[in-house]
Amino acid sequence: MNGFMDQLTAFLYAAILASVPLLYGTLGEILSQKAGNLNLGVEGMMYLGAVAGFLAGYHTNSLVLTLLLGMAAGAFGAAIYALLTVALKANQNVTGLTLTIFGTGIANFLGEQAKLNAPMGTVFLSNELKALLSPIRVAGLSDLPFIGPLLFHHSILTYLAILCGIGMSLYLKRSHLGMNLRAVGENPAAADAMGIPVNLYKYVHILVSGALSGLGGVYISMVTASGNWQPNIISGQGWIAIALVIFASWKPLRAILGSLVFGALSVLRLYIPKDLIDIPSAFFSMLPFVVTSLVLVISSIRMKRENQQPASCGINYFREER
Amino acid sequence: MRRTLPQMHIVQRSDIKPLNAWGYRLLAVLFALSMGGLFLLILGYNPFDVYATMLRGALGSAGMQKETLKLTIPLALTALGILLAFKMKFWNIGAEGQIAAGAIAASYFAYFHADLPKTVLLLTMAAAGFVAGGFWGLIPAWFKTRFGTNETLFTLMLNYIIYYFITYLREGPWRESVGGFAAMPRFPKQARLPEIPFPFVGNLHLGWVVLLVMMVLVFIYLRYTKQGYEITVVGENERTARYAGMPVKRIILRTMFLSAGIAGLVGMLQVSGPDRQLTDSVGGGRGFTAISIVWLARLSPFGSVAVAFLFAILQKGSSMMQTEYRIPASMSDILQGIILFCVLGAEFFLQYRILKRKEVAA
Repeated sequence: MNGFMDQLTAFLYAAILASVPLLYGTLGEILSQKAGNLNLGVEGMMYLGAVAGFLAGYHTNSLVLTLLLGMAAGAFGAAIYALLTVALKANQNVTGLTLTIFGTGIANFLGEQAKLNAPMGTVFLSNELKALLSPIRVAGLSDLPFIGPLLFHHSILTYLAILCGIGMSLYLKRSHLGMNLRAVGENPAAADAMGIPVNLYKYVHILVSGALSGLGGVYISMVTASGNWQPNIISGQGWIAIALVIFASWKPLRAILGSLVFGALSVLRLYIPKDLIDIPSAFFSMLPFVVTSLVLVISSIRMKRENQQPASCGINYFREER
Repeated sequence: MRRTLPQMHIVQRSDIKPLNAWGYRLLAVLFALSMGGLFLLILGYNPFDVYATMLRGALGSAGMQKETLKLTIPLALTALGILLAFKMKFWNIGAEGQIAAGAIAASYFAYFHADLPKTVLLLTMAAAGFVAGGFWGLIPAWFKTRFGTNETLFTLMLNYIIYYFITYLREGPWRESVGGFAAMPRFPKQARLPEIPFPFVGNLHLGWVVLLVMMVLVFIYLRYTKQGYEITVVGENERTARYAGMPVKRIILRTMFLSAGIAGLVGMLQVSGPDRQLTDSVGGGRGFTAISIVWLARLSPFGSVAVAFLFAILQKGSSMMQTEYRIPASMSDILQGIILFCVLGAEFFLQYRILKRKEVAA
């Protein structure tokens, strides 16, 4: 029985670890869509964040620079997207997809370049830097039975992700700026008429959304891959994050729950006893994507008025066409 | 509340001649290449040398030209497939998975029915590839028409699902019995595409003929048939199509079947042509590159084939660059991204004119 509890704790703990990058990506995409911009470039921005953070850590050994450059790189990708879709009215779908191709290319390029230039052909981070991102104990709380090791023994990036989720929920629901933002996403023409600077709102929130995705990327290269660079390091997590936005019906708090579920799905393979269920491992790897598809279908069947995408999402706002 | 009037003002323009428009797009591409050159310069390479090496690596000899053409065939054919869906504003970003579905179905016949006569076997493989790819594309199309399910994400998720299915086949039932490495066996001779001479270059697998035929077929289909016209109308305005009495749902299903079917055919041509076996990388990112291609070609069938050829030069050239300069071949993805960003941005200046406040008042 004790073995089972240990196994369960280990599984839930791994699920939380795997959920963090998804949560960053999902929160970022919620913010962007709330501003009326569907950004399919989450995967690309995560790649940019992952490689920038990794290289910053590799060369400077500084946690602050790692986080800042990771966020800046994600925001840089988002800036290209914002410039093209907001200022130059380019198609949002194609621009986002291109951002994904571009970000993937840059990250694989710089990662491999670093490997080629490294003395032994491998690049990894110093243990001191990794220690800064390793789980920290919260005085008192970490010693609680069961929930102590499960909930209060995590990397600062994990706590930060949860705080971002709660903060964003309050921002969207309670703050003046958040309400304005929702107006921009629902009906930019009306928001414009109310005197809300529509494009400014779009730029700021798209950039912040890129920074969040960038942090998700940093988490993947620093924590998930434990500081060893590998090609195709994001492998679809950005896309799951976009689908999670629908799962979470554009609500940050529900995104926390959703990313936990998907984190659990992605690590399930390692924790199912082979003698109980013996399924080829490829099917376990497939699982998050199958469930995402089911979520897409089910949420489209049970469309509720209040749980919908912001009305103007995907359509560029052109004031002169009003 | 007083609002300051903006200093600038944007108006739509319609005075650009098509030829000039292409000139501007070419300028955008050149600008993109110089940005890529700047990137290379920052990394410490001479961009002119690198670009020259790329060109030489892609077109320098008959053998290299052949390799470039081999890359062009699947890229261009996938683009032709995607084009049908995009014309309808159906965001099929699942061509990658549809290629895989076609490749699996074709491989099934290659592995288990190789006793058929060669022509029959190849035709069966092609038909199976088309149907399997088409079916894989029908799934999201059906849910889209029935429940309005988001096709962008659904088609994408189906990519990952089918690729893990190939992994399953490779590690499980279709695994080659000899050797410790989990791989699938090579195709028997029966199941390999014949090679026929391509002008000036030498023998090339049959795919190039399929590509040219498909290019003409897609052009005629879109331009001169009723079904092609229906696709355009649905793409421009679904409501108009419905008021005109068009069976919109059927059109979406039919078009997606064809679009994904062509991708499935690409899968068959890949496994039975250059690859000679089923692998996890049968799509090789072509489903995504093809999206850039059709967008750059502004949904023109002939244009798509031409742009696909240029992208093949980019890819082949990048692998040459890797061997000569040790610059990672993912440079081609970066250049592809920059080119598309620049052309997307340039479109704005073709469609709109920026005026100063005074001119508007006048």
